[in-house]
Amino acid sequence: MSRTLSRRQFVAATAAGSAALMSAPFVRTAHAAGKLTMGFWDHWVPGANKTCTAIVDEWAAKEKVEVSIDYITSQGNKNLLTIAAEAQAKSGHDILAMPTWWPHAYADNIEPVNDIMEPLIKLNGDVNDTVKYLGKQGDKWLAVPATIGSQIKGPCSRIDLMKKFANIDVQAMYPAGSEPKADAWTNDAFLKAAEACHKGGSPFGIGLGETTDSVDTAGAFFQSFGADLVDAKGNVTVKTDNVRQALEFYKKLMAFLPADVTAWDDASNNKWLVSGRGALIMNPPSAWAVAKRDAPQIAEQCWTHGMPKGPKGRFAPFLPFLWTIWSFSKNKPAAKSLLVHLSQPDSVARLVEASGGYDLPSFANLTKLKTWAEEGPPKGTLFSYPDPYHLQTLSIAASPAPPKIAQQIYAQATITKMCVRHFQGEDMEKTLSWAESECEGFMRS
Amino acid sequence: MVDVAIQPNRANRTSATRKRASLRNALKRKSTSAFFMTLPLIVLVAVLVIYPAFYSLHLATLNKSMQRYVGFSNFTFLFTRETFWLVVKQSCIFAITAVIFKALIGFIVAHFVHNIPAKGQRKWRGMLLVPWVIPPAMSTLGWLWLFDPSYSAFNYTLSFFGIGPIPWTGDADWARFSVILVNVWYGMPFFMIMYLASLKSVPDQLYEAAAIDGANWWQRIWYVTLPMMRNIIAITTLFSLIVTFANFDIVRILTAGGPLDKTHLFATWAFKLGIESSDIPLGASVSLFMVPILAVAAIFILRDINKRGNEA
Repeated sequence: MSRTLSRRQFVAATAAGSAALMSAPFVRTAHAAGKLTMGFWDHWVPGANKTCTAIVDEWAAKEKVEVSIDYITSQGNKNLLTIAAEAQAKSGHDILAMPTWWPHAYADNIEPVNDIMEPLIKLNGDVNDTVKYLGKQGDKWLAVPATIGSQIKGPCSRIDLMKKFANIDVQAMYPAGSEPKADAWTNDAFLKAAEACHKGGSPFGIGLGETTDSVDTAGAFFQSFGADLVDAKGNVTVKTDNVRQALEFYKKLMAFLPADVTAWDDASNNKWLVSGRGALIMNPPSAWAVAKRDAPQIAEQCWTHGMPKGPKGRFAPFLPFLWTIWSFSKNKPAAKSLLVHLSQPDSVARLVEASGGYDLPSFANLTKLKTWAEEGPPKGTLFSYPDPYHLQTLSIAASPAPPKIAQQIYAQATITKMCVRHFQGEDMEKTLSWAESECEGFMRS
Repeated sequence: MVDVAIQPNRANRTSATRKRASLRNALKRKSTSAFFMTLPLIVLVAVLVIYPAFYSLHLATLNKSMQRYVGFSNFTFLFTRETFWLVVKQSCIFAITAVIFKALIGFIVAHFVHNIPAKGQRKWRGMLLVPWVIPPAMSTLGWLWLFDPSYSAFNYTLSFFGIGPIPWTGDADWARFSVILVNVWYGMPFFMIMYLASLKSVPDQLYEAAAIDGANWWQRIWYVTLPMMRNIIAITTLFSLIVTFANFDIVRILTAGGPLDKTHLFATWAFKLGIESSDIPLGASVSLFMVPILAVAAIFILRDINKRGNEA
């Protein structure tokens, strides 16, 4: 039996349906604001991810967003592979934590965040120049500086060994709770201390391999001599007196370092400190945190402080992580809202506390949190870690070269290779010519 | 007017019947069923090998920001780089040296195992295969600790004899030695097991005849064993050459290409450029350089095998 629907009946039914739909109340379901996926850096510090998840969940419950977090490790560069794969596929997480150079490398696939960065700067204070250099392209903010994973790789000294061999009281030089008295802490003083500790049998543990710790330290020392391999305009400036001075300095320094530093990776300096063999390493407080767990008698003697001053200033290696939103994200408003929430002073304080002081906010007003003042033993060991009095220029190796060129210099460890080549007996001018040729090769666009 | 009743659909029906019959015949054919049975594998190879291969070819023709077609510019650019030629040289040294030692040690060990009485042979075979069955990323981590710059177990042991410390991964030559050593350790069991299988298939009568003719040990190896194993040797060498040339994990974990790029291979340098330096087109170009080199080796070795196959 067939049933036909007349035109009148159809119109009547449609009108009734529409009226019912219009008059129905708006029900805000648990996930009314959609879904949001994020790939965050998988933290070294146990428990740090948990606090991050808690902060995100609180925001999600308030905003009615369904969230999903993947913690992606940087072990084996898995995070870099994820970034490359998602950029190729134009699909993946909405928010992705990128290290240092990657926002610039994938700038075309990234959603600008000027609308949230400007209010965040008003709220938390200005960000340092390295964050601007890495997170901004022209006037376009590519990323929000992440608290999680951002770090300064300054010196972590042994209080006892520095006193004993180098006659330097690092606690007096960088007192907890007050301004540093570090005018005498210069590159020359550093070199003398390195020599004294080497003679005393506890050399400084500074790597000269091709991984980031080695590159960051060499980069900061080069900058303290004004030794840029490529300038901000992209001109190769390898053959300058500043670069020659920096190379000479490193040649002298390498003579006082352990003989195997050319093979060191990012774990080697940590092991050097924790094993009790060295008087100083360049690292965020992760080595001290491991010592606190595995060798408490060594942790009690550790003091994190500022870099020595060179002819062109005091430069500290700073490596920020940056939170980015892909341009192909399906929920950009929610992503921006979450990044604002994660950058609130209260969220930042919780993240810093959960990481035991490892994580560093990049905003000027957030460098005097209680975690750094209270962490120990010894109490105040991390007070100077975030550079609370802004006495250092937080910088990244290979800057101020345009980021895409600087990334090549950084990733291919051109600076540490120069130091090793020259130290191993290669003529200075030959080393400079090699570096110049390398830098010219990095200019391809 | 014709007096034959024409059935207009008959021709169509006949051709349809014929088609059905030929389809049935085709399905009955062994080659067809073999094709369908291998189809999942063919699809898998197409998706996981052929597509990525063509995709990497496409990537290699783009500029750094992957927005512009640049033809062969990436390849010509690489020819001008000192590091590229260093990598070519090192890849050849690494692959050839490692394959020679793997083959040589595998051949010797296969003979030892072959001469063990059958009763105890199985456990020796099992033990000798252990390096090959452990994922190389894991076993290389063990080697990394043995070679550790500051806390090397080898150096600790050698110190009792007044030797060292040896910069296993800190000096270019030692670092090359170390990565080759680990590769030989990992790959030797493959040669050993292939050679052992081949040795077992050599008829005893040939050795008996050689013994009657008064052949000594060396002559038996040279005139009986080696000729009987030639094809296996050629195939294992080719296979191992390809795998060793494309090695990534051992070098990546042990030295990451250092010191001073002196242990980089094509794969590790491609990763350095493509992923760590965000220059995917250049990384793809580096990895593609392995193809012509390995193709030439494959052509020579396979041609030799075919020739001997035809002679037989």
